[in-house]
Amino acid sequence: MLETKEVQPHHVKLPDGSIEKLTTTLNLGPTHPATHGVFQNIVELDGERIVSAEQTVGYIHRAFEKLAERRPLYQVTPITDRLNYCSSPINNMGWHIACEKLLGVKTPKRVDYLRVIIMELARISDHLICNSIVGVDSGAYTGFLYVMQYRELIYEIYEEVCGSRLTTNIGRIGGFERNFSDTAFQKLEKFLREYPKVLHEFENLFTRNRIFMDRLQNTGAISAERALNYGFTGPNLRAAGIDYDVRVHSPYSSYEDFDFNVPVGSTGDNYDRFLVRNVEMWQSLHIIEQAYQKVQEFKGTEAEVFHADAPEYYLPEKKEVYTKMEQLIWHFKIIMGETEIPKGEVYHSVEGANGELGFYLISDGGRTPYRLHFRRPSFIYYQAYSELTKGGMLSDAIITMSSLNLIAGELDA
Amino acid sequence: MALTNEIIQQKLIEKFGDQVANFETPFGLLSFQSPKEMNLKVLQFLYEDETLQFTFLTDLCAVHYPDKKGAELAVVYHLHNLKENIRIRYKVFTDIQQPDVFTATQLFEAANWMERETYDFFGVNFIGHPNLKRILNVDEMNYFPLRKEYPLEDQTRIDKDDAMFGRGGSIY
Repeated sequence: MLETKEVQPHHVKLPDGSIEKLTTTLNLGPTHPATHGVFQNIVELDGERIVSAEQTVGYIHRAFEKLAERRPLYQVTPITDRLNYCSSPINNMGWHIACEKLLGVKTPKRVDYLRVIIMELARISDHLICNSIVGVDSGAYTGFLYVMQYRELIYEIYEEVCGSRLTTNIGRIGGFERNFSDTAFQKLEKFLREYPKVLHEFENLFTRNRIFMDRLQNTGAISAERALNYGFTGPNLRAAGIDYDVRVHSPYSSYEDFDFNVPVGSTGDNYDRFLVRNVEMWQSLHIIEQAYQKVQEFKGTEAEVFHADAPEYYLPEKKEVYTKMEQLIWHFKIIMGETEIPKGEVYHSVEGANGELGFYLISDGGRTPYRLHFRRPSFIYYQAYSELTKGGMLSDAIITMSSLNLIAGELDA
Repeated sequence: MALTNEIIQQKLIEKFGDQVANFETPFGLLSFQSPKEMNLKVLQFLYEDETLQFTFLTDLCAVHYPDKKGAELAVVYHLHNLKENIRIRYKVFTDIQQPDVFTATQLFEAANWMERETYDFFGVNFIGHPNLKRILNVDEMNYFPLRKEYPLEDQTRIDKDDAMFGRGGSIY
């Protein structure tokens, strides 16, 4: 019979000078297949349990706030694309609306509704990515692969409206660069027709899936009080049970004209965050349907309106610049910085896909912002990550990271 | 009774007298300032007072005004009362030679990284902060990049002299 001898780890004779340590330090990231984006966490592990986690951020810091101080207002838009790049149109629109607030430009209703369509499409595409990535991290790849082709439909609509897909640079101060084409509306109709079925299938795949629920419930939970203290906003705050939504609390772009629900969770865990995002996709779909209906009600010349009547700030359509004298003059003036920018301080926020995205813009009357600060939701709530993961399993920490919807581009600005 | 800018202003003046000043409402947002030594007292009053309840820190950042001698750096707090849905903006100014401001981390966990970011870019020294070190920039950096004296591009370059596009010249 074999003799078994129990080895006591504490009785192992270690070489002189070595430190006896009961925990393992693991460097998770900055480039790791399980962290979607450039995130580094130095986690202290006891077996598979996390004792502590320390986040290091800033790997893709690009000094946007400094860059913005040297750019005319209309050139800041491409910078905002690169914050939360899963839903750049929301950032673009948020920036345009902040500028319009400073400049005192009033946009027509049709522009507001078109913006709402684009913003809600962006919200759907962002939530779709986030939720399907949560699926990937808990071992279900199918959902992610399946919904990609429907995100593609959204990207095609962007493409039709502004010409690009990911970093959209969509719209201008005062409206859009061109009217939505018939193809754009056809693609929107196609999306509205096909997407509900897909979302149902996606929910069937995940929502009541035993394995998925076991992985997500009671992991990465945060109480409402702590979430508020940590500055949570957006779906993450709503999952903890607080019904704060910028679209409802301080409506912009005529959100007050729409009828929609704000879903809230109760436990603030990964599962609630997933559910809140799913319901928000349904609500966004509902908003888009209403907005599209309202857009169709405009007839005659009203249906041609796609920008505000503010020639001193709205960059005219390119073909008009080539053919019309007045547009050529305004174009020249705007590009050369000869239009008056009022002095003032503006804080404007929009409901970004992962929280309240704020723009704090100080203008000293110059053509560039004197100071521009982005309130970036993921930067603010990523602080809570170590509290959310402490005491949990390492594999759950990965899911928590995805379900918080952290976007490295926004985090590092 | 809905909370209005006037009530907030009145409450603050009742409590702090002429220490709080420069009340303005640009674009409907009540904005005011106080001496920097007062910042914790004001924030705590705003947080704890039963009618005010500004318990949500929306944003914290700094602004550099090189021409305001003795008050070059402004630390700006955006606070939100979620129940009444009203925001305010609160500023303290500090000398750039001694940019010491008390930390708000005791009141708001969210202030932790926001203050680190502010320190990182403007060098505001938050007294009492648990972990005040650079966050987005490298630790070895020896300047504070968002201060106006640090130009975006190398000002000595002559091949990009194009004042029309904001390069060159003496703009900050």
